[in-house]
Amino acid sequence: MANPALGRWGGLIVLIVVVAALPLVLPNKFYYDIAVKTGLNALVCVGLNLLIGYAGQISLGHAAFFALGGYASAVLTTRYEWNGFLALGAGAVATGIVAYLVARPILRLKGHYLAMATLAFGIIVSLVLNREIWLTGGPDGITVPTLRLGDMRLRSAETWYWITGGALVVVTYLALNLIHSPSGRAIRALHGSEVAAETLGIDVARTKTMVFVLSAVIAAIAGSLFAHADRFITPNEAGFLRSVELVTMVVLGGMASTFGAIVGAALLTVLPQALAGFDEFKHIVLGAILVGTMIFLPKGLVPSLGALIRRWRR
Amino acid sequence: MTSLEVAGLAKSFGGVTAVDDVTFSITPGHIHSIIGPNGAGKTTLFNLVAGLYVPTSGTVRLAGQDVTALAPHQRAALGLGRTFQNLQIFFNMSAIENVMVGRHLRRRAGFLGSLFALPSAWADNREARAQAARLMARVGLEAYLDAEADAMPYGALKRLEIARALAAEPSLLMLDEPAAGLNPTETQEIDRLIQSIAADGITVVLVEHDMKLVMGISDHIIVLDHGRLLAQGTPAEVARDPQVVAAYLGGEPA
Ligand SMILES: Nc1ncnc2c1ncn2[C@@H]1O[C@H](COP(=O)(O)OP(=O)(O)OP(=O)(O)O)[C@@H](O)[C@H]1O
Ligand SMILES: [Mg+2]
Repeated sequence: MANPALGRWGGLIVLIVVVAALPLVLPNKFYYDIAVKTGLNALVCVGLNLLIGYAGQISLGHAAFFALGGYASAVLTTRYEWNGFLALGAGAVATGIVAYLVARPILRLKGHYLAMATLAFGIIVSLVLNREIWLTGGPDGITVPTLRLGDMRLRSAETWYWITGGALVVVTYLALNLIHSPSGRAIRALHGSEVAAETLGIDVARTKTMVFVLSAVIAAIAGSLFAHADRFITPNEAGFLRSVELVTMVVLGGMASTFGAIVGAALLTVLPQALAGFDEFKHIVLGAILVGTMIFLPKGLVPSLGALIRRWRR
Repeated sequence: MTSLEVAGLAKSFGGVTAVDDVTFSITPGHIHSIIGPNGAGKTTLFNLVAGLYVPTSGTVRLAGQDVTALAPHQRAALGLGRTFQNLQIFFNMSAIENVMVGRHLRRRAGFLGSLFALPSAWADNREARAQAARLMARVGLEAYLDAEADAMPYGALKRLEIARALAAEPSLLMLDEPAAGLNPTETQEIDRLIQSIAADGITVVLVEHDMKLVMGISDHIIVLDHGRLLAQGTPAEVARDPQVVAAYLGGEPA
């Protein structure tokens, strides 16, 4: 691309236009709910893509961070009657600290071992959410009160649409900033060559930790928003299948492409709604999409399309 | 004051002793070369100095400071730079971004400044891009300013690594076979480039098999063989050292 900045901010403008215009074609609450789910998944995927696509690290436990945020909001607002926004902030900070504590030992690992460690972390969080019934409500889940902003009750699907859309635009903007900054170049460099990155003065362990924590915090915020939007959360949100689903969204849309992550999230949120009976085969279909993408479209949808357009223009 | 000092440095991999009790020091300025047959331990020595390998024994000092226990990125912060025999290019980035990464140690914006695009991050980006473009021109890569790294030929990538290393403004630069695989014209350009780097006051440590290049350019040569330091001195001294001649002709030392 002749001017990379143009593609970057052009993409953000397209996202803003899509978010602003989508309500014109959303017929009813059902569709708004799907749009909100799409936005929340996209939010997580933009963060997860920083880790997977840009830093080249894998996480098979990211749903756990989403659930930690959601449960922080749920538990603090119901059991301790905290203000919802305060709970959201506390959940994000606490999840960030948890991510920091697990990152240091985990990110020393590579490849399969990193996958196994993040997988194990997800399973542990899942277990705790299922077992500590006194706190979490156990496998049946927990009801979450409506989020209030002053006297306003943030309850309608439309309201949640705008909250989610706004959050997605903000997080996308931040991700684009990061990618094209000194820290972002360090993140991409350690993906390209850890050895070369180190010899240029990049603290690889610290840089990996920062991305991991950032992606976890974004997931936690999305989880908090989800808990309030749905007014209900279960330990399924932390499950392995959810983690795999998130990774599949990133891989399908395109690793190291922020807009790819959003497209991947949208496709894999909307398609299951369109295909009846999808849930029964979800495991198989997700697996097939993941494997199929890696074999036939290793760069993912959006980067492959981009390359195609560039070739066609010449 | 020495630029680099290694003392009793050794590294074994299982049964192989790649570097065996090597001691030498390198004075600031000038071009120093490390030569030796294939497998002599030159690259391993670079990796030990850079901190990529933990030595089996011995110490490394940079500008008088013992850095044996420091991580590679900490040694880089002390002014150590290097290139790689087997290219270590960031193939997921554009050519100019590769060089911009070299400005990492000179950045002012932190992680949050980067995330929120604070003025410091903007200034860093502008400065890094300008410096990177300047350095690419200096190593003769002005034609690749808009190129993706994975679309560049081998010879250009070798120079890209040099530009990237220079971007960090090192005081000591280690070049591992910068002329390997290059044609005579390209080798001559590298020759001139190395001289201009040294003229800027950067201490150059060169590993190279091209003897014409080494003999013409070096102020001081260290010869390794089977991991051991065989000889050192000026090019003339080294060239007439019978042990060196024997090692290169494959015979027994006299
Ligand atoms: N990571 C490693 N693991 C095991 N053995 C190694 C490793 N690195 C180097 N060696 C061995 O150590 C010896 C020295 O290798 P090194 O790469 O340092 O030689 P060199 O002088 O750079 O050779 P060349 O001129 O071919 O680049 C060789 O016998 C090599 O096989
Ligand atoms: Mg070598």
